[in-house]
Formats: sequence, structure tokens, C-alpha cells
Amino acid sequence: MNRNEISVTVKLFAFFRENRFKQQEQTFPATITVREIVQRQGIDPEEVGVTMINSRHCTLDQTPVQGDQLAIFPVIGGG
Amino acid sequence: MAEQIYRVNMTNLTTSTEPVPDKWMGLGGRGLTSTIVADEVVPTCHPLGSKNKLVVAPGLLSGTVAANSGRLSVGAKSPLTGTIKEANAGGTAAQMLAKLGCKALIIEGLPKNDIWYTLQISKDGVTIQEEKELIGKGNFAVVAGIGKRTSAKHGVMTIGPAGEMKMLSANISIKDPDSHLRSSGRGGLGAVMGSKKVKCIIIEPTDAKVEIVDQEKFKEANRTFTKALVDNPISQALGTYGTNVLVNIINESGALPTKNFTGGQFDGHEEISGETMHDIIVEREGKPRHNCHKGCVIQCSQIYNDKDKKYKTSGFEYESIWAMGADCCVDNLDHIAEADHLMDDIGIDSIETSVAMGVAMEGGLLAFGDGEGICRILREDVGKGTPLGRIIGCGAGSVGRAFGVTRVPVVKNQAIPAYDPRAIKGMGITYATSTQGADHTMGYTIATNILGVGGSVDPLSQEGQVELSRNLQIATAAIDSTGMCLFIAFAALDDATCLPALVDMINARFGADLTAEDVTNLGISILKTERAFNEAAGFTSKDDRLPEFFYEEPIAPHNVVWDIPDEELDKFWNF
Repeated sequence: MNRNEISVTVKLFAFFRENRFKQQEQTFPATITVREIVQRQGIDPEEVGVTMINSRHCTLDQTPVQGDQLAIFPVIGGG
Repeated sequence: MAEQIYRVNMTNLTTSTEPVPDKWMGLGGRGLTSTIVADEVVPTCHPLGSKNKLVVAPGLLSGTVAANSGRLSVGAKSPLTGTIKEANAGGTAAQMLAKLGCKALIIEGLPKNDIWYTLQISKDGVTIQEEKELIGKGNFAVVAGIGKRTSAKHGVMTIGPAGEMKMLSANISIKDPDSHLRSSGRGGLGAVMGSKKVKCIIIEPTDAKVEIVDQEKFKEANRTFTKALVDNPISQALGTYGTNVLVNIINESGALPTKNFTGGQFDGHEEISGETMHDIIVEREGKPRHNCHKGCVIQCSQIYNDKDKKYKTSGFEYESIWAMGADCCVDNLDHIAEADHLMDDIGIDSIETSVAMGVAMEGGLLAFGDGEGICRILREDVGKGTPLGRIIGCGAGSVGRAFGVTRVPVVKNQAIPAYDPRAIKGMGITYATSTQGADHTMGYTIATNILGVGGSVDPLSQEGQVELSRNLQIATAAIDSTGMCLFIAFAALDDATCLPALVDMINARFGADLTAEDVTNLGISILKTERAFNEAAGFTSKDDRLPEFFYEEPIAPHNVVWDIPDEELDKFWNF
């Protein structure tokens, strides 16, 4: 990893885990957006309900920084 | 069949059927139970005395083929909160009562002798019979016993030992299509039924149909409505993971109350999550998807089997799993399932009782994480009514007082469920201002605070929370009157075809001409009726507050406290 790269912990939930993983540390270009990270997992951003960086909601256009935790959820509900 | 009010007087053991008064005609479900309680119950009465009344009402669309319309409302003055109360549940009873033409069942008075009774409801009205065989029995044995005595198709509403002992968290169980149980869980309505010495209510099956004024219009609206529900992605996730899909997202957002509300994230969240539960259910040949009433197209319930692939529990909900799990630090889903089964059988609210266990753990009764210990206490103390069991069975507030614990998460003495108000402030508004004590279903701001449904409001900000909670509380009061499951709200908030179709169905059913605004106004008038009852019972805006510790103890990971000013909270009622 060089200084133009960041390491992000990607967490997937519900059916996004199928044939993927629960949690994985991945390396990305430092300029990457949440949308691009979603796409790199083979997930259609249209299917994404909620994304959070370090337990705070974020947009698909946001850019994570080194060491961030990114959680990606499909559209879910309950109660 | 013309609708009637069925009335039972337990003081002189008489029954009657009455025409529906004009003022109750356009009401159903919660709108009707709350209106009847407000009209007929003395607000200052003792909830377990002769002046309280237990009111049961199907919703406006119950008994029709409308998707998801099988919810039954039960109301009274709550012995747990002292406020007005409505708790609704699925099961077969709502549809059966509606088909029999029972607009509402009102049970009043108290028997003079120590004799228990069963009520039987048919198209001819209600009869009262002395009950001996089923007294002291758990709910599963009651349902089996009634099945033998009558038929598997008969509807059953029952109380377990907790209701017989008038524990303040006792619930009323309603038989589902598979002879399992759904619960009108919150606020101790089972104790009110027990105070009236009614062990169970048996409902006769019928071929009668609910009258619909405009069949064609009704069918067309139901098609549109059903499509909106089925197409909604949230409905699809609910059918796969159940409501327990929320464990991981609420944990991630830092709002999963843990170890009696001292933290916002639980190390064992994966072990108790909806994803893990789904895998266990499939592996043990249970059913991830199951309906609590005929006509449900969401199917959020499930059949959870034990290790021997035998039925253990169903309707295994997020809030119950959170309470026994994260709040008591139990990371073993089988222990939680066993506790859920025991609470269903004893007939006690699984939110109140589990939060009470968390408070008791802080008080030193058990170590946090001791799932087997919880099951033992449920079985040997709560189920048998030992002094300890009665303290726990009277809820989190009761345990706090008995054990000298000050961190007691209740509003109006009812336990706060599964979403920490410090980290999801919209929920705090709902807990504080709800007419019925802390209850997430009264105004489910999680939709907008966390899930991005119906827009988005930052859960940690002070901005917009009062308005969000108010709008949802009004909409919820209206939905609770239709007999609809609250989960239609996810489609209603984001699909423009859903709500108009619901209004069209109500109009087609009754030959009415209601608009969406009329439905909103119905919600407003229900909330105001309930609020007026509470004020007459002695409640003021000073009761619309969260417990002190939320203002003082920051919760990790966001390290936030409850910081909505009291004046903001009081603006809730400006409508």
C-alpha cells in the first residue's frame, strides 16, 4: 500500500453477504467514493439502502479515508 | 351481517348485543378501543378494579380479503402505565370476529366470587361458562385444550399464569393459523383480563362474509395495494430475515442498547442477528417465512426449531431478541428462543420482562450473559408466581424499585425497547410523548432516522425530530384503526400508490367518500382522545420525559446524551 492508497474495512449485511463476505479489509485508491467501493463488490448501487462510515450515515458520493469502516446495507426494515 | 357491539358484564354475568352507536360507526381497531375506553372508563379508576373495561375490536378492513388486514386491537386503562392502552396483534381472531359481525367486544365489571370463566362468541352473541380445566395452564396448553374441546378452527384469545396472577406485564395471546401464538403484548392487558376472571375467549368459525358496498372497486384497490406491498424491497427482506434483520444495522449505528443501556453496541451482535437466525432456521428445517394471519403478503414471522429440529418459537421478533440478547448480554440464540417460548407460554410481554431482567442483572440477581439463568427464573419464579417472579412480572420499573437500581429505562413505567433514544433522537420523542408509555410502534422514526424510508433525518441531530415523530404518531394511530399491519407503512411512505389504494378500500367497504386528509384527521383525533384520557387520569407534560440517566450518561460509540430540551418535547402536542 502506498500513500495514494487507503485501507478500508468493508462490512456487508443481509443478502449482500451471499457469495461474498461479512467483513473484509480492502485497499483502494485514496480518491475512491463509496459508490465505487459498492460497485467493486459487484453490488448495484440502486440496491443499496443505507451506507455508514464509522457508524454515521454517509452518501454514495462520500470519500472514505485511511482506516475507515464502511457498512453497506440493502434496503431493509423491521420494527 | 350487521355489525353489533357485544357486551359482557362480569359482575352479574350477563351478556347483550347492542346496535353500534352512530358516534362509533366510522371507527375500528385502535380508534374504536380508545374511543370506547375514553367514553366509558373512569380515567382515575384502578386498572384492575371493577370500573376498568377490556375492549376488543377488529380493524375497519378486518375480515375482508384486503392484504395484511388481520390485526386485532385490545384496549383498556393499562395497569402498567396508568394511561390509556391499545395493543394490537395478528392471529385469526380479528378476521373471525369481523365475520361474525362483532364490531367490538366490551368486557366490564368483576365477578364477586373466585370463579374463572370462558367466553364463547358466536353469531348469536356471547355466552359465559365457568372454566375449571384450563386454570393455571400455560397458553400452549390452553390452545390445545380448546382445540380438543371445540375444533382446530376455533379462534382463541387467552391469558397464561401471568394474567391469572395479574402481573402488570401480562399479555393476551391470540391463536395464529398454525395454533401458535401472537401477543397483544404491551401494557399488562392480560392482567386486566385476569382481573375479570376471564381465562379465555373462544370464537366460533363462520362462513359469513363481511359486507362490502362496492365489490369491484374493492378488488381493484386491493390489487394495487397488494402490489405495492409485494414490490417493496423491505417486505422482501422481512420475509427472509424477519424483523431481526435490524440487530446489525442498529448495532452499526451505535444505538443498540447493551448491558442495561450502558453501551450502544453489543460484541455478540452477529450471534443474535437476523442473518445468523436465518441460517439456523434453514439448517434446522424451520421456516424463515411465515404468516401470522391469513392474507399477509409480507410474512415476517418464522418457525424457529431447536437443535432436534422441533418447534421452539415463532414470531421471534427483533425487540424480544434485542432485549434478552444485547440488553442482558446473552449471545446464544437458543437461550433467547427458549426464553421467548417460556414468555409466550406464561403469557408475559417479552420486551418488558427482558428489560426487567437487564435491570435485575444490574441489581445483582444474575450475571449479565446468563441465558440459562434467565430461563430458570422465568420457569421457576415468574411462571410459578414466587415473590421474585411477581416482582419481575410487574416490569422493569418494579424491579428497579425492589433492587434499588436507578438506571431503569422506562417512560410512564413501560420499558423502553431496542433503540437508544440518545443515539436515535426521534425515537426519544416517541417514547416521551406517546400516549401509552415507551413504545417504538407508536411512531417508528427508525424508518427515517436510520433506514432512509420516507426521507432522512440525522438520528443524532436535534433538528426535525419532533415533527417526524408527530407525523408518524398521527399516521400510526390511523393505520392501527384499519386492521392493517404497521409494516404496510414502509410501502406507504415510499410508494405513491399504496395509501390511496388503502383509502379506496375503506371507501369501497363502507360506501364512504373519505380522502387521505380525512384519514390523517382520524389519526389526530385518536391521539387527542387518548391524551385527554391521560390528562383526566392525572398525567401532565412533566410525565413526557425520559429517565434522568439518559440526560447524564453518554452512550458509546457516539458518546451522546439525551439533549432535546423539555420545551421542544412539549411542542409535540401543538397540533
